[in-house]
Amino acid sequence: MIAIIDYKAGNLTSVKLAFEALGANTSITSDPDVIRRAERVVFPGVGAAAAAMQNLIELGLIPIIKQTILNQIPFLGICLGTQIILDHSEEDGGVHTLGLIPGNVIRFQPQNPRDKVPHMGWNRIQKTQDHPLLANIPDQSEFYFVHSYYPTPHSRGNSFAETSYAGATFSAALGHNNIFATQFHPEKSGRIGLQLLENFLQWNPQGSS
Amino acid sequence: MLTRRIIPCLDIHNRKVTKGVKFQNNIELGDPVEMAARYYEDGCDELVFYDITASAERRPIDIDMVREVAHAVRIPFAVGGGIAGLPDMERVLLAGAEKISVNSLAVKNPQIINEGSRAFGAQCIVLGMDPLAVPDDPRFPSGYEITVRGFREHTGMDAIEWARKAVDLGVGEIVVNSVDADGTRAGFSIPLTRLIADAVPVPVVASGGAGNSQHLVDVFEQAHADAAIIAGMIHTGDYTVSGIKQELVQAGIPIRQHW
Repeated sequence: MIAIIDYKAGNLTSVKLAFEALGANTSITSDPDVIRRAERVVFPGVGAAAAAMQNLIELGLIPIIKQTILNQIPFLGICLGTQIILDHSEEDGGVHTLGLIPGNVIRFQPQNPRDKVPHMGWNRIQKTQDHPLLANIPDQSEFYFVHSYYPTPHSRGNSFAETSYAGATFSAALGHNNIFATQFHPEKSGRIGLQLLENFLQWNPQGSS
Repeated sequence: MLTRRIIPCLDIHNRKVTKGVKFQNNIELGDPVEMAARYYEDGCDELVFYDITASAERRPIDIDMVREVAHAVRIPFAVGGGIAGLPDMERVLLAGAEKISVNSLAVKNPQIINEGSRAFGAQCIVLGMDPLAVPDDPRFPSGYEITVRGFREHTGMDAIEWARKAVDLGVGEIVVNSVDADGTRAGFSIPLTRLIADAVPVPVVASGGAGNSQHLVDVFEQAHADAAIIAGMIHTGDYTVSGIKQELVQAGIPIRQHW
C-alpha cells in the first residue's frame, strides 16, 4: 500500500488517480499507523509553507515522517512536500522546515515583468545526474509546474535535474538515499509523469545505492 | 524555458460538446470525455470545460463528468460555469479538476475570488472575462467593457480595471475571451489580449478567434499571451493539436514536445 500523506495542504485527488492509473493501491491518510505500515510514502502538497508545517505539527506527523526516512521506505516529495523537506523556506516571513535534505527555499525575483509568478505551466528539465526515478525519461522532457518559491539544495550531489525560469536555474528534482522529491507535479505531467511514478513504484533504494 | 500552453476548450450542453458562434446556433460535436481523452493523447497541455448553459438555467455543475475527465486525462484541467460558491468549488476540485473558472459569479460577488483563493490557493482560481470593444466611450478607458452571461448583459465595468481588481483579490490566471473575436476563427484579438497581459502580473490565456496555427503564433509573439484556447478549429477536424504544435515549433515558439 502507498500512503499519500494528507496534511491539509491541497487537493490530493490527482495524485491518487495517477497512482490508481498505474494499478497501485493507495490510501490518502493522516493516520501515523497507516503511514508506518506503508510500503511507499508520497508527500505531496500545494499552498503555503507555514500553514503546512503547522498542520504537520498539529497532526503529529513529523516523527513518523522522520522514521519513514530512517527505515529506508521509498519516499516521494511533490511540490510543497519537496520544499518542506529542506531546512528553511523564505515564505511567510521565514519558516523552519523538516531539514531532511540540507538547503533553502527562496522566491522567484523576476527582472522581466513578462516572467510571471507563480511559475505555472510546462517547463523542461535538464538531467544533471542519473537516478532510477528518471529512467526512461528523455532529457529536456517537460513537466507541469505551479510554484512561486523554489528549492536550492546546498549540495549539487542532492540535485538530479534542473529547470530555468525567471532568471533562476533551480533544482527541479532532489534526492538523498530513499528520498526523491520533485518541484514539478508528475501526477499532472501526462505520460512522462506517469513514467516517473511507475519508476517510483519499482524503486528499491537500498538495492540501487 | 517555460512553454506556451495550448488549451482545447469544450463547451458542454446536456453533456455533449457543442460549438456555436457568440453563444448561439450551437451544434453537437461529441462526448466530452472521449474528446478530452483524444486531445490529451494528441498532446494538448491543459483542458477547459465550460458548462455553457449552467449559468443561464441556474443548474449545478455536472460533477460526474468532472470525475470521468479526471480519470481519463493526466494533465491539468479547469471547469467553469455553474459554480455558485465555495462548496461547488470544493466539489469540483475534489473530483479532480485543477482549476475553477469564475466569470459572472465574480462580477456579481468579487469577494468569491478572495474566498476561493484563500481556501484553495490562487493557482486554482481562474477569472474568465468577456470584454467587448467599446471604442471612444469615456466610461471605459481601456476601450473594452466587461459583459457577462454569454455576452447578454453589460456590466459597466472597464476590462483593465476589472483585471487588476481580480488580481488584487487573489486570482491566479485570467482567460481573456474577446466577444468580438469569439467563434469567428478570424484570429485572436491581439490588442485586447496584449492590453490585459501587459497590465497584470499573472498568466493570461487568450481566447476567442483561433482559426489557424498562425493565429496562435501571432497571439504568443505579439500579444504576450502565456496560453491560448482553441476550439472550433480542432473540433471540426480541420486541425489537430499535434499538427498545430508542430507548426508552432517551426515558428520558434517554445512548445511542450514530449508526451
